[in-house]
Amino acid sequence: MSATDPRKIYTKLLAESKEKAGSRQDKPQILIGTATCGIAAGALQVRDDFIREIKEKGLEADVIEVGCMGHCYAEPLAVIAKPGFPPICYGHLDEGLVHRLVEDFLVGDDPSYEYALAALERNDVFPIFEDFPRGAYEKKLILENCGFIDALNIDSYLALEGYNALVEALIQEPAWVLEEIKVANLRGRGGAGFPAGLKWEVCLKSGGDEIYVICNADEGDPGAFMDRSILESDPHLVIEGMILCAYAVGAKKGYLYIRAEYPRAVKHVQVAIDQAREKGLLGSSILGTTFSFDLEIFQGAGAFVCGEATALVNSMEGKIGLPESRPPRLAQQGFRGKPTVLNNVKTFAYVPLIMKRGADWFKGIGTPESPGTAVFSLVGKIVNTGLVEVPMGTTLRQLIYDVGGGLPNGREFKAVQIGGPSGGCLPEAELDVPIDFDSLHDAGAIMGSGGLVVMDQDDCMVAVARYFLDFTQHESCGKCTFCRLGTRHMLDILTDITKGKGDRDTLDLLEELAEDVRDGSLCNLGRTAPNPVLTTLKYFHDEYRAHIEEGRCPALSCRDLILYYIDPPRCSKLCNVCVGSCPTEAIFTREDGLKEIDQEKCVKCDNCRKACPPEYSAVVKLSPPVLPSDKERKAK
Amino acid sequence: MQLLKDEKEQILACVAEVLKSNSKNREDLIPILQKIQAIIGYLPELAMAKIAEGLHVPAADVYGLATFYNQFRLNPPGKHQVKVCLGTACYMVGGTIVLESFERRMEIREGETSPDRLYSLERVACVGCCTMAPVAVVDEVVEGKVTPTRVDGIMLALNEANNQNAEKQKPEQDGGKA
Repeated sequence: MSATDPRKIYTKLLAESKEKAGSRQDKPQILIGTATCGIAAGALQVRDDFIREIKEKGLEADVIEVGCMGHCYAEPLAVIAKPGFPPICYGHLDEGLVHRLVEDFLVGDDPSYEYALAALERNDVFPIFEDFPRGAYEKKLILENCGFIDALNIDSYLALEGYNALVEALIQEPAWVLEEIKVANLRGRGGAGFPAGLKWEVCLKSGGDEIYVICNADEGDPGAFMDRSILESDPHLVIEGMILCAYAVGAKKGYLYIRAEYPRAVKHVQVAIDQAREKGLLGSSILGTTFSFDLEIFQGAGAFVCGEATALVNSMEGKIGLPESRPPRLAQQGFRGKPTVLNNVKTFAYVPLIMKRGADWFKGIGTPESPGTAVFSLVGKIVNTGLVEVPMGTTLRQLIYDVGGGLPNGREFKAVQIGGPSGGCLPEAELDVPIDFDSLHDAGAIMGSGGLVVMDQDDCMVAVARYFLDFTQHESCGKCTFCRLGTRHMLDILTDITKGKGDRDTLDLLEELAEDVRDGSLCNLGRTAPNPVLTTLKYFHDEYRAHIEEGRCPALSCRDLILYYIDPPRCSKLCNVCVGSCPTEAIFTREDGLKEIDQEKCVKCDNCRKACPPEYSAVVKLSPPVLPSDKERKAK
Repeated sequence: MQLLKDEKEQILACVAEVLKSNSKNREDLIPILQKIQAIIGYLPELAMAKIAEGLHVPAADVYGLATFYNQFRLNPPGKHQVKVCLGTACYMVGGTIVLESFERRMEIREGETSPDRLYSLERVACVGCCTMAPVAVVDEVVEGKVTPTRVDGIMLALNEANNQNAEKQKPEQDGGKA
């Protein structure tokens, strides 16, 4: 295939990048995590503080912006690599801490271990991330470089032998790439787990002169942000994966479909594409060979249903994003009616790694049916929120308690919502389910995008089901009647339940509707929309019944079923905090000095309960919403 | 929403400009709408009609796209934009309470712009800062762990910034920080 040997050009590129990286290593480097999540926590301020302090002290040091390391609980984060010391990661940075680190560590030689999270290289002094329980389970493949390389500088990726997999592949025949992916049994990470190799093969066999490769980065699940994180932190990994795929199936043109809500990801990928083109890694005759492939970004305009492959393609063609019935599969007839490979960001990210380290290495990780790793965003009532990557087959219990550090403040676990709006809520008893495509499906949840929300006793399962249905109902494209009207009807029923309305038949009707929507919808949005309802009905039936039969919300969360009440024996009389905290002036002082809530004015915003000093804790929520005085009167 | 003075000319000029720099393919419809919104801030009816003309597609198709996709807005954004996150994590810890507090103080509903075009309020599904829930994005500045009291503080700061601007007649300054 090759006109000239791609290795020659690559060796030169590699040497250049290593030289640049080498020249940087003589002076201290400060890597600051400025992915969207880090910026939200104030990383840009921290960056400016570092630059200012370094300048004031007249030091020579590089401040480099990197992506997300996944330790979101400790943002803003920075890694300081000073020659002579192992690179050390610091968390919860602020102006004072930056000042101290610059003065003590950069000027002096005291790494201030008391503020360090962990070191990044094995040393005799300080533990590394792998020494913590989380590190024992975590296995970073596609997140390996995230947070350690400069996403806006291709040399940073090249210096780690990036694009080497591409070079190796270009020497071989395209069939070799396809074979490796098939042998590795790489399953699509978009959620359904369809084997990528099979998809590619169908596409290749469909043939034709025009074949497209599309990367689905329309990550719309609320609570999932790994695709964004990978694109922001390590865009070249995904680009390399796409080029390899294009080589395997013979495509000349590819697109990255990225949500417009991810401006930073769009920017980073665009810069990466431009730089790759400049280096001859993308465009016509890649690395001097006869193989040509180019990439372009298409910004998705924000429709959850466009995560569905056929809808995504319609939207790229300038139409409304409605899904189509399959077959024909996209691999046979996709974008512009031509064979199209469409895979998720993470799927493409695995490709260079499999090429580099071999299919057998990949199969050695995870379970036989689901090899490799799974990436999760841990959020909700969990200590170590953030992005984690664990081998398939890890149990949910290990993920929540060992990797995530369990629930904060001794809270009690109630459920874990996995897979976003298409997934389900699993209770304590199901925590030993191993994480892989098939086991999760059997338990009623799905792998989905990998959002994982941990919930405790304060979270109402009916409200959670309602929340997700509200989302899918809003995002339903309206093509199928069952999805369009069925989800609407289900949402109405759930809303009624959260208000305490309904009777015995309500739950049966809800279940029946859920099954109908599942069976009567064309695409996965509709087919999986009832999952949150079905799983909560199955595992938390009592909570539904408490709402309907007693007008009581056991989690004290549904606002129509609770009221706020100031318990007279606990109220201090002399303190006025609650009065001041109320945004609607609903709290007043009675003649006897005690505070009371005017129930007519109260908007149940929870402000007074939070404001009441913990030594009193006089503000309480009551469910069913009956004042004790009314209760007594009733009893009489 | 009523068009302001000079706005019509501005819209026409902008549409003409964007149409000139793009091919007239149907495939370019979404990118064109995105460009127009990036410049004007929203998609005025007039702009959509002109785009339909330019691309030879029915105006209903353009309107269909604009209403189907969440990114497009048909109302002008306020000078200060507040987006309240209602992703899973934020919802669980009271995102709706935050949204209601803003609605109460701005005297508009979610998705609306105040008549004086000072404020607009939106709900968004996850800004990816789940660890700081509940989150609101005020003029691109992310506010974490928002409570109704904090909402009052944010609104006070925004009002203050507006008053100062009105006095000084200076170009707008970012009032997001309290």
